[in-house]
Amino acid sequence: MTGRIAVTATSLAGFLLIWVAAATVSADPQILPAPWSLVGPFWDELRSGVLPYHLAWTLWRVAWAFVLAMGVGIALGLAMGRNPGVDRWLDPWLVVFLNLPALVLIVLCYLWIGLNETAAILAVTLNKIPNVATVIREGARALDPELDAMARVYRLPWATRMRHVVLPQLAPFVTGAARSGIAVIWKIVLVVEFLGRSNGVGFQIHLYFQLFDVRMVLIYAFSFIFVMLAVEWLVLQRWERRVRRWRT
Amino acid sequence: MSVSVEIAEKRFGETPVLGPMAFTVERGETVAILGPSGAGKTTLLRIVAGIDPDFRGEVRVLGDMAMVFQEPVLLPWRTARENLTIVHPGLGRAGADAALARVGIAERAEAFAGQLSLGQQRRLSLARAFAAKPQVLVMDEPFVSLDRDNASAMLDLTLGLIAETQPATLFVTHAREEAERLGARLLELSGSPAGLTPLE
Repeated sequence: MTGRIAVTATSLAGFLLIWVAAATVSADPQILPAPWSLVGPFWDELRSGVLPYHLAWTLWRVAWAFVLAMGVGIALGLAMGRNPGVDRWLDPWLVVFLNLPALVLIVLCYLWIGLNETAAILAVTLNKIPNVATVIREGARALDPELDAMARVYRLPWATRMRHVVLPQLAPFVTGAARSGIAVIWKIVLVVEFLGRSNGVGFQIHLYFQLFDVRMVLIYAFSFIFVMLAVEWLVLQRWERRVRRWRT
Repeated sequence: MSVSVEIAEKRFGETPVLGPMAFTVERGETVAILGPSGAGKTTLLRIVAGIDPDFRGEVRVLGDMAMVFQEPVLLPWRTARENLTIVHPGLGRAGADAALARVGIAERAEAFAGQLSLGQQRRLSLARAFAAKPQVLVMDEPFVSLDRDNASAMLDLTLGLIAETQPATLFVTHAREEAERLGARLLELSGSPAGLTPLE
């Protein structure tokens, strides 16, 4: 564990070193400011409440899109993986949505629904559902038929089957979809905010892009990266350890 | 009778695997289906257990059924106790612990089923089958991958549980001595498509 932390710390220190070297070579804070020059503006933004306000809006959108995409994606993937008929009917749709550029869905949602929260969250959710469904479909195809037979012989009710037989088998797939999902969703949320919202980290990045303020763009980008790393370490990794504890 | 089986035909695709056959199993009686690997024993048992409904014929089962599979088929992510209470919610914690004690793994109640040894998993599988005192029991070569001593101990344990519960037992094996130790009426499954003939 200590060795792993040391490797992570050294790796991050190496990244900082490259950044400092690049900032020194460019010698233009407008293009690439040094890491320490972000600290002051970061504290100002934090103390004024502007940074937390925009972070909270982005997190709120990420949370909604994540819950919706995982919920619909799991249900869809399970139905497709368990039922070849459903799979045959829905697979072409899945292929279409998997190959539809995120930007197209975002623009269409804004055009059809309007520049509002519903369109923003729907656009992100629709972008992520096909990935979740694809991963969960593979998990559903790999379900143990003997456990299914056991559940049938002992006449386990549907809810019991799902909770104790099916979902635990899907847990590694759900975890994989969740971890890749959260990483993709927050990036799409930023694009959605960039294009059509008046708050959130994406909106702020859009604002500072127009002002050509690289320092503030980096402050908002890194702030949200740290928040998402915290979600990954404190929520997703803990949950993964919990569902895998019977293997140890 | 507790189990009545009348099969006209069972096919896998175009290939008939089971031919016409009929037999019954009474409460307290043990019937063993003997036959070499690939004879169709497991197919027959899965039809009786209701796992495979794709056949021509009729199977009637009176009362609650339990099954002991070739592999233990447990929920490895749940504890030994939960493996009983999830399948038989009426047992409660005390009932589950008593069932675990009966098969000799009381001290493993809190262990995840996936962390038990194969012998303990087999015992847990037996506890699950007998915990709710089934009227009908089907067993699919439950001792097949155990060494001689463990298989013998499991056979003794099964004999005791059958004596206490008195279910109608349908038992599939390729080892005649196992069937004879269970005091079973013997039926041989053979031919293509397979049919049943009584053995002395």
